[in-house]
Amino acid sequence: MFYSARPQLDPVPKETCFSGNKFSLALFYDVVVSEEDLQLVSFEELAMPLFDQLYNFAQWLTQNRDEAEDLVQETYAKALKGFSSFRSGTNFRAWIYRILRNTFLTSRTGLKATMTVPLDTEEGAPELAIERDTPETLLFERSSRERLERAIDQLPVYFREILLLCDVEEMSYQEISETLALPIGTVMSRLSRARRTLRDSLRPQAQQGLSASSPAKGTDHGL
Amino acid sequence: MVCESWKEKLDNYLDGELPEAEMRSFDAHLRACPSCTADALPRVQMKRAIQFAGKRFTPTPDFRRKMQQSMATKPKRSFRLGWMSLAAVAVILVVAALTTTYMRTRSAEAAAYREHVFSEVADLHVATLASSSPVDVLSTDRHTVKPWFQGKIPFAFNLPELQNSEFSLLGGRMTYLGQAPGAHLIYDVRKHHISVLIFQERSLNLPSIWGENTSSPKSVPFNVETWSQDGLRFFIMGDASAADIDNLAKLFKAVA
Repeated sequence: MFYSARPQLDPVPKETCFSGNKFSLALFYDVVVSEEDLQLVSFEELAMPLFDQLYNFAQWLTQNRDEAEDLVQETYAKALKGFSSFRSGTNFRAWIYRILRNTFLTSRTGLKATMTVPLDTEEGAPELAIERDTPETLLFERSSRERLERAIDQLPVYFREILLLCDVEEMSYQEISETLALPIGTVMSRLSRARRTLRDSLRPQAQQGLSASSPAKGTDHGL
Repeated sequence: MVCESWKEKLDNYLDGELPEAEMRSFDAHLRACPSCTADALPRVQMKRAIQFAGKRFTPTPDFRRKMQQSMATKPKRSFRLGWMSLAAVAVILVVAALTTTYMRTRSAEAAAYREHVFSEVADLHVATLASSSPVDVLSTDRHTVKPWFQGKIPFAFNLPELQNSEFSLLGGRMTYLGQAPGAHLIYDVRKHHISVLIFQERSLNLPSIWGENTSSPKSVPFNVETWSQDGLRFFIMGDASAADIDNLAKLFKAVA
């Protein structure tokens, strides 16, 4: 009914993929790269179709065009350098996103953005009762895409990245787990907290005081 | 299953992360449960809004071009170099093949011409010796023979001093090879007559690959030695031994 199971989606335009019986759309999505595919394709053929997505993700992380360009450039350089060590049976998309994310985390902007990290537990703040004016309805009533963008911008980077990987990049929990080097359970709990934090930030001021959740319940836990 | 249990899994359901059987059960529950549907609807809207808003940044055309160029550099460079190398190898092979074919053709032509020249020289040698007057200037003195050719042939040559050698000069005559005038000298060594023929190299128009030291062709039943020196082509031919022919050649080479 509501759910959008990933196989029904088409996250990568077909024209960006390679036809033929040995190399397919699946290569970019949630299927790992086989040894046979790896022998047939070059790094460019695997990496360039992800260029727009990687750039978008990079600018969401850095929040600066120049830094995003540097980040993407460095990511591709590192990925190209390490491509020989890329193992068949690995998800290429998760692999290159992980390189980008790790590169970001070691950059000055990344270090600054991750001074506080979330406490990832399965326990979250209790959900609020259903409200008449939910953040979602307000969002659509006002058609405020800019407001949503600002709200995502203001999320801590550890929430922003997981939300984007799941809802924009449409990665599976398994891919997100590989990209962020987190257990699946942590992926689920962090994603849940990210969504709740975003909803809270979009909530009308009057209702925000009722929210029990906190966007940056910081600890020294690693990302 | 009570609604709370479903609601706990609502995000997983909307992310398509539940097992297939559970997804179908959730579908069925939503059709029947207004409360869960009311919860699901705004989350779907939010998810779609994030998906829409999240595709916010696009690389500039300049950056895209820069990346494409840098990405294409390595493989394409090797690709181009590969093709260039292949093309270069192909060109080299074609040139080598053409050169080889050309050289073989030239070599075959030269060999045929060489045989023809040696055959002509042999004919001159035999015809002269068979003649009732083999020489027009009959003298053993080189200072008599050499001046005799003045005004008869368009070049000058030196004759070797034969003292302390086994050779003796019998005389000389004018000759022609391929319409080129030349000097034909007859020498004697232990009763073997040896012909020495001298022509201007350029008038013979011999192939450039004739070579400096062409050995005796098998088709000529004499020992022969030929060489080029100072613009003159020398042929020494006779039924004397190859050593005698060679010794006489050395005497000529020494004075030329």
